[in-house]
Amino acid sequence: MGKIIEVQHLNKCFGDNEVLKDINFSVEKGEVVCIIGSSGSGKSTLLRCINLLEKPTGGNIIYKGENILDHKHDVYQYRQKLGMVFQQFNLFNNHNALSNCMVGQIKLLKRSKEEAEKIAMKYLRVVGMEQFINARPRQLSGGQKQRVAIARALSMEPDVMLFDEPTSALDPEMVGEVLRVMKELTSLGLTMLVVTHEMGFAKEVANRVVFMDKGVIAEEGPPEQIFNNPKQERTREFLRRTLN
Amino acid sequence: MTLKWFVQILTDYWPMFIRGAGITLVISITGTIIGGVIGLGIGVVRTTPVPGKGSGNLLITLKRIFLKIVNGILVSYIEFFRGTPMIVQAMVIFYGSAMLFGIHMNRLFAAIFIVSINTGAYMAEIVRGGIISVDKGQFEAAHAIGMNHFQTMINVVLPQAIRNILPATGNEFVINIKDTSVLNVISVTELYFQTKSIAGNNFRYFEAFLITCVIYFIMTFTVTRILRYIERRMDGPESYTLNQMQVATAEDMLRLNQQNN
Repeated sequence: MGKIIEVQHLNKCFGDNEVLKDINFSVEKGEVVCIIGSSGSGKSTLLRCINLLEKPTGGNIIYKGENILDHKHDVYQYRQKLGMVFQQFNLFNNHNALSNCMVGQIKLLKRSKEEAEKIAMKYLRVVGMEQFINARPRQLSGGQKQRVAIARALSMEPDVMLFDEPTSALDPEMVGEVLRVMKELTSLGLTMLVVTHEMGFAKEVANRVVFMDKGVIAEEGPPEQIFNNPKQERTREFLRRTLN
Repeated sequence: MTLKWFVQILTDYWPMFIRGAGITLVISITGTIIGGVIGLGIGVVRTTPVPGKGSGNLLITLKRIFLKIVNGILVSYIEFFRGTPMIVQAMVIFYGSAMLFGIHMNRLFAAIFIVSINTGAYMAEIVRGGIISVDKGQFEAAHAIGMNHFQTMINVVLPQAIRNILPATGNEFVINIKDTSVLNVISVTELYFQTKSIAGNNFRYFEAFLITCVIYFIMTFTVTRILRYIERRMDGPESYTLNQMQVATAEDMLRLNQQNN
């Protein structure tokens, strides 16, 4: 299994505030990696740096052997290969559910309308939203919006799916439906990088868990190690706080 | 007797009223549309993110300088045309172009030109406001699936911005219908100019202008109604229909049941 994304010595500062300090880690094809940590530890920023929504201050991001921070590299082409799911869903408000999943395919991947619709329907069925294709985002509940957002990202058939706290903005009773969909995706063999506060989810589906604290990766390893046998004191401390 | 004069003026001069109203509509409609297009263009350019300083890359530095210069020019345009009365602009442009450059503009063309650039200045700020008011997440989601600034604007942001600025645009339209009356200073035969001529023939100023008053109101009221209709059309239906064809299979029904439990 090859590395899809490798982050080397990544730094990110907002003004004088250093949010990420010398981050090194990689994601392999087919792997499900969950990033956990308390608020402000830099996990969302790391995810947003990976698809360049935030511009890293220093370091390299290697995607399939190419440094995408190189000026010559086509940022837009690269982003098409990464599916992003946001905490606030961010569905396109001027499109209905179906066309949310089609617009990127047609405008960027130059697929025909028929093909785009077929692919969009396929993924809307995966997330169980095929009934709601005519609905506009404002007519859907949070959980439904997030499922459409997942289908939108999948419709681009990306190499890696990035999830930025996908259930944090949801009402408790809707968290389950989104997590269920995400669990289903792991069975499709997708490469996933998930920033989450859902420890149960991380424990169950992750191949590897990364614990971040104050802008550095404090500990990483298989979920059994992180949750049952953490090596670092601060990991133990964090888990004690969140699990109780 | 006033009522007699109303009838008299209407029967004698109705073609002049109609022609005046027609010219007023032509000027304000074309002016608002061209101004809207100018405003859209400027709004998009003015909201293009300027790349940060000190990237070291020559191309990005050039882009930065270019954007700064263009922005400077656009701001001067907006400030100047918003900051001076249209009636004065009309005089300066119409007589100035003849005196300084020897260009003798057709009066109707000059009228449309003046209304357009004037509206453009206002619309530029309205559009900019509309773009800024679109949720930042919409830009991010579009960028995240790989759209560049232009594609993001066309496919995601502008459709929402245009919907949001429709009420303000309607305002501009109504203002233009009324304000074309100042163009009588360069002898454009719009409604106000025509009414002045009519009243000058018989000195019945009150009757003639009251008729014109009603005509102006009918025009503005119709325009606001039409725009309200367009707004509702853009909002789409309140409810949506479920796509029933897709739940026909047993597996899907089963899954739907599971989800509901």
